[in-house]
Amino acid sequence: MADRKVKAKSFQEWMEINIWGLLFFLGIALAVGGLVEIVPLFFMKNTMEHNQFPEIVWAKAGVEPIVAVDEAGKQVWNWQPGEGVRPYTALELAGRDIYQREGCYLCHSQMVRPFRDEKERYGHYSLASESMFDHPMQWGSKRTGPDLARVGGKYSDDWHRQHLRRPQNLVPESVMPAYPWLDDTYVNGKQMRRHMSGLRLIGVPYADADIEQASEVVKGKTEMDALVTYLQVLGTMAKLDEAKAYRE
Amino acid sequence: MESGLEQKYNFDVVRWFTIMAAVYLVVGAAVGVYIASELAWPFLNFDSPYISFGRLRPVHTNAVIFAFGGSTLMATAFYTVQRTCGVRLWSDKLAWFVFWGWNTVILLAVITLPLGLTESKEYAELEWPIDILIAVVWLSFTFNFIMTIAVRKTSHIYVSNWFFLGMMVMIVYLHVVNSLAIPVGLFKSYSLFSGVQDAMIQWWWGHNAVGFYLTAGFLGIMYYFVPKQAGRPIYSYRLSVIHFWALMFGYVWLGAHHLQYTALPDWTGSLGAAVSIAMIIPSWGGAVNGMMTLSGAWDRLRTDYVLRFLIMALAFYAMSTFEGPVMALKTVNALSHYTDWTIGHVHSGALGWVAGISIGAIYHLMPRLFHTEMFSERLVNFHFWTATIGTVVYIVAMWVSGIMQGLMWRAYDEYGTLAYTFVESVDAMHPYYAMRAIGGAIFLTGAIVMLFNVLMTVRKSAVDGSLVRARHVPAPA
Repeated sequence: MADRKVKAKSFQEWMEINIWGLLFFLGIALAVGGLVEIVPLFFMKNTMEHNQFPEIVWAKAGVEPIVAVDEAGKQVWNWQPGEGVRPYTALELAGRDIYQREGCYLCHSQMVRPFRDEKERYGHYSLASESMFDHPMQWGSKRTGPDLARVGGKYSDDWHRQHLRRPQNLVPESVMPAYPWLDDTYVNGKQMRRHMSGLRLIGVPYADADIEQASEVVKGKTEMDALVTYLQVLGTMAKLDEAKAYRE
Repeated sequence: MESGLEQKYNFDVVRWFTIMAAVYLVVGAAVGVYIASELAWPFLNFDSPYISFGRLRPVHTNAVIFAFGGSTLMATAFYTVQRTCGVRLWSDKLAWFVFWGWNTVILLAVITLPLGLTESKEYAELEWPIDILIAVVWLSFTFNFIMTIAVRKTSHIYVSNWFFLGMMVMIVYLHVVNSLAIPVGLFKSYSLFSGVQDAMIQWWWGHNAVGFYLTAGFLGIMYYFVPKQAGRPIYSYRLSVIHFWALMFGYVWLGAHHLQYTALPDWTGSLGAAVSIAMIIPSWGGAVNGMMTLSGAWDRLRTDYVLRFLIMALAFYAMSTFEGPVMALKTVNALSHYTDWTIGHVHSGALGWVAGISIGAIYHLMPRLFHTEMFSERLVNFHFWTATIGTVVYIVAMWVSGIMQGLMWRAYDEYGTLAYTFVESVDAMHPYYAMRAIGGAIFLTGAIVMLFNVLMTVRKSAVDGSLVRARHVPAPA
């Protein structure tokens, strides 16, 4: 290194002969943008609409189980559609896992924008609080198929099953792949308990009973049942009021 | 050719990365053509989980970005840093670890993604054990690169290496933060972040994978290979300093423009859009700096096929870095978001710029690494035209389909109701999806020709013994 003793004539030149100096200032320059755009989202109250409109989120999440199975094996729901955003039940979460696995998010968005045509096509614009329990979010970036943020309840369960088995039977122009294999596999209850425990560790408010009863909730259900259940809950959790301005 | 280079530098690892880059371009482009065809002719999904579009699309993106792009970056970074620092790589062992580690990552990706093992974060789908391996390999790559600079013989650090360094540091930030997740199984995890925060982090990663991995890194390639191939110094030192720091500081902010009009707060999207527009200046600074390096030697483009690739890549770079800020404008984004226009924009950058500059660099490297002429110059020229025509066909198809989709979705009839159902827009896309698949196939043809040409050059070098001879020339004292 003896032959590279140079005296820097400027700050830039100093960095060009000093690798550690260059790295240090690069490290700072590269960090700023991310810090400014990301960190405030965790702290600014107006990022999440439920800070101003608490009714968007189900107040009993984590306190009462979403759905309980009684001794007779009958499901008893403590939550009703429209009562607010809540974590997914074991069966819905299993459906969501399949939605992730099959890469549905690559062709379907879950994020309705506040435009007239999107409102008429898909419904009320999406709120940040609606995906607060989505690890990771499934907003998507492409609509090769339609948005699914509010698809819940628009079609019957049977329509969804038939559509997933052979989309072109119901929509001849569709370019969606068929998913016949979803009928072949049952949802694994033990696995769902593990998945829910993991989610609770990172802040999703599950009640103990939600996790303990996971196996009963998914018992005898196929992956097809799970995926349809997930699709049917999308957009039905919170009841949004047309008259309220949730976002500026 | 200079003698003694084989003894002085570690070209072995560069050779292997270069050949793998040519292999992975064929693999990545082939999967791309296949999934493009699935969208045009859905029977190609064959009701098989392993090749259905949703599972195969991440195979395509990972193969082109990480396998092809990564191998190119590692080949060129290891080559450039040795040549511009005048020293051998700091550690040969670490370099080989990077080679085998990176190829293991790619192999694992090709196995796990069709099995549906995914974190479902766009461009960061690989599950947590592979993410850890990526981090280890990437840090080894970075460390070896930095230490090679630290022990260099030259006085100043060459501009290419600034860009490579910027990419390396930023990818460490991005990969670590975006991949934070809670494992709930050997190949299943949930992102630590949720909803809007996750979306912002995901696109901070997503856009900077483009901005640093696919732009800064490839600008590093440009700054070494364009002047070398042209045999002229870079046009402006001052311009390179300004556009380097502007790019490093500015690009990081752009991710938010992917989330215009979503549930992301308005301030973040607007900030992202504002900085996006400002980024035209440094981006064009780089493009101008590269192109003007040819000032006074434009006639070389008539005869030098490698230079053609490099300059065409810069033209595509200038075009897509103009298109990008336009698409970040809120009014344009309202139309373009969620449509094929985005896919077209990505591919004008990916096929035109990234692949173009990489292919140019590979053709520049081949004779220098194997100490013999390319097997066929005419095939290089053939590749140039297939790559250019394929890219243009692809992006024109996506422009038309994207803008058409956007307009059909928001069209109203005379009664004030939506003019088209969603599926009518799907039906209208069919000819353009077919055209896109054809454009991709033309591009793929060129990639196959390059692989053939590369392998025949290797064979030629083995037959005429030029590499063996080069290895036996004693190193200069």
